[in-house]
Amino acid sequence: MLLKILLRNAARHRLRTALTVAGTVVAILAFVLLQTVVDAWYAGVAASSAHRLVTRNAISLIFPLPIHYRDRIRQVEGVTTLSYGNWFGGYYQDPKNFFVNLAMEPASYLALYPEYQLSAEERAAFLQDRRGAIVGRKLSERFGWKVGDTVPLKGTVFPGDWPVTIRGVYRGRDRNTDETQLFFHWDYLNETLRATDPRRVDQVGIYVAGLARPEGAAAAAAAIDALFASSAAETLTESEQAFLLGFVAMSETILVATRVVALVVIATLLAVVGNTMAMSVRERLSEYAVLKTLGFGTGRIALSILGESVLITLVGGVLGLALAFPVTGRFAAVVGGLFPNFAVEPRTVLEALGTAVLVGLAAAVLPARQAVRVGIAEALGRVG
Amino acid sequence: MELLLFYSLRNLAARRGTTLLTAGGMALVVFVFAAVLMLAEGLERTLVDTGSPDNAIALRRSSETEVQSALDREQVAIVEGQPEAAFGMTGERLVARELVVLVVLPKQSGARTNVVVRGIGPASLALRPGVRVTAGRLHRPGTDEVVVGEAIARQYEGVAVGERMRFAGRDWTVTGIFDAGNTGFASEVWGDVDTLMQAFRRPVYSAVLMRLEDPAAFPQLKRRLEADPRLTLDLWREPAYYRSQSEMLATFLRVLGLSLTVIFSLGATVGATVTMYAAVAGRTGEIGTLRALGFGRAAVLLAFLSESLMLGLAGGAAGLGAAALLQWVRVSTTNFQTFSELAFRFVFTPGVAGQALAFALVMGLLGGLLPALRAARMPLVEALRGG
Repeated sequence: MLLKILLRNAARHRLRTALTVAGTVVAILAFVLLQTVVDAWYAGVAASSAHRLVTRNAISLIFPLPIHYRDRIRQVEGVTTLSYGNWFGGYYQDPKNFFVNLAMEPASYLALYPEYQLSAEERAAFLQDRRGAIVGRKLSERFGWKVGDTVPLKGTVFPGDWPVTIRGVYRGRDRNTDETQLFFHWDYLNETLRATDPRRVDQVGIYVAGLARPEGAAAAAAAIDALFASSAAETLTESEQAFLLGFVAMSETILVATRVVALVVIATLLAVVGNTMAMSVRERLSEYAVLKTLGFGTGRIALSILGESVLITLVGGVLGLALAFPVTGRFAAVVGGLFPNFAVEPRTVLEALGTAVLVGLAAAVLPARQAVRVGIAEALGRVG
Repeated sequence: MELLLFYSLRNLAARRGTTLLTAGGMALVVFVFAAVLMLAEGLERTLVDTGSPDNAIALRRSSETEVQSALDREQVAIVEGQPEAAFGMTGERLVARELVVLVVLPKQSGARTNVVVRGIGPASLALRPGVRVTAGRLHRPGTDEVVVGEAIARQYEGVAVGERMRFAGRDWTVTGIFDAGNTGFASEVWGDVDTLMQAFRRPVYSAVLMRLEDPAAFPQLKRRLEADPRLTLDLWREPAYYRSQSEMLATFLRVLGLSLTVIFSLGATVGATVTMYAAVAGRTGEIGTLRALGFGRAAVLLAFLSESLMLGLAGGAAGLGAAALLQWVRVSTTNFQTFSELAFRFVFTPGVAGQALAFALVMGLLGGLLPALRAARMPLVEALRGG
């Protein structure tokens, strides 16, 4: 019954209601996009594992570590698997086509990252071919690569041409696994450098250690760093999550700004819906007076106003969410290189709906108060 | 026509609540729009100001940043000997060999970010006339003393004059703070190039910076150096190099900020439309009266359009005023391209003001167009009766 009244009231000014719903759709769409951008930044962190530690040079990531650390790190208690490699930083055709490419020790790296799934033949082919590479499914779709294609990578950190042959396309096991990376053999990098730039040979950017038990992470990290304290290349070992959070922290300002803009969007929506509700109530003050005369309590009146407002914002919110999925898909296509996982999280859907309801309630508070308080005689005497 | 402008203005004032809410919504949108433009402008200004047009910088070929570049001593010596180099007042060549590396330093907020440490030579300060030491003194060559840029001194832990910083396994004494205006150098730590090369065990330089006696000689110098078989380097004009460092971040900020602003500006425009439709509906009698008095349809259309344009203008001015206050806010983030910290600010220019106001007026125009058309099209007799 209440719903019928709300719908009828909303339909009285169809154009106004439609416009307000449209405004809500747009605002919720913008809100969802902003939240998705923030989530995308943290995507890597969400996919990190408590079983992995990352070791890098204590000064900063641009300084290498010697390869001979490998044997000593392997012997640290709690470390089961050890992989190593470098950030290659190459590009394909245009430097603007950014994607993550790494030169890693292949067998151990694949063992450490079971979420990168390859068929047995592709895995064997990759391990056998020193110039082979595996690429993520999304990356291969972006550039139209297939197994067997030769990708002419151009190096920036390691200048020159580095052609690699794609031996496999990996799929992510989990929803948030990064499928936009390219891996090739560290040996290919190292042996080529032996011929072209011997000064940089046998140097590794990071070591990735797999742990038997995640509880031993802190102890193992401290043990690894203690091995190399006061040496020529001191190390800093942290959990994979902390390592990735470090990157997020670098852009902390942008994330704060994005969150602020999301709040501004909500404030704008509040202004728009508040305006509509104020107008609706003002026009109907004499009706509320009549209802009061008939004996309807102030609670019922307030409820009908709040309900109408929430109905408008909720309809707008649902439509906005429905639109958000295709729009996010388009955005993902544009920023795919920067954000490997650009998708609307379930939590964002709940936040958007909750926000729509809250805005609906907040926008109707003052008008409802006015309707409840209006003196019957005064309201009946009003014109228009 | 004058009468109707006052008519529009008075009507806005008569319904204050509605006017405030609608203009408020538009003000918020214009605020974000202007802030995004100011941010991108500030970023580009910082990086363009970084570098003077008389200077040329040599980096290893195909390096995208100084950090990736590596030039060994023979190459550097060849570049230093070029005839286009200018001479300083005491007869020394204005050429500097520099080392650029990244170290992780803790901010006062606790976050740890990459900061540029630059090893400079004796001519480096002369090559950068905008840089002045404002507190303490410059570091002494050959020692483990460093000076920090003003943005670093403001945001990072343990970098006051006299304190010791720790990186590369050694302690470094901060002897001074330098002011580099709005340039990228304000986010750097400078020390002696030879000491830093030893500490980081880097036997190669990152870049060679040179003042050109005649800036027009740049193309011929570039041709000669890039054709030389002993060298593998690229030569840039300093401002062009630094501008390229900001492209990705500036584009990212612009695209993200502006596309989102345009999306939610539709919401504010809707608010304006709702308000104007209500205004028209509430004043049918007045419209009829005006028409009966002899004002044409065009006059009525313009009256309502100008009412909504005024709404837009009011919102735009308020949003712009709030955005102008952002000029005192400083931003510091990691530039993805150089992978290092960069401090910049919001820059308010007449261009930004113009664009923001135009945006506000467009919102007002689009919002008020349909209602104004309805007012203009209203048949006279019905309007008189309906009021």
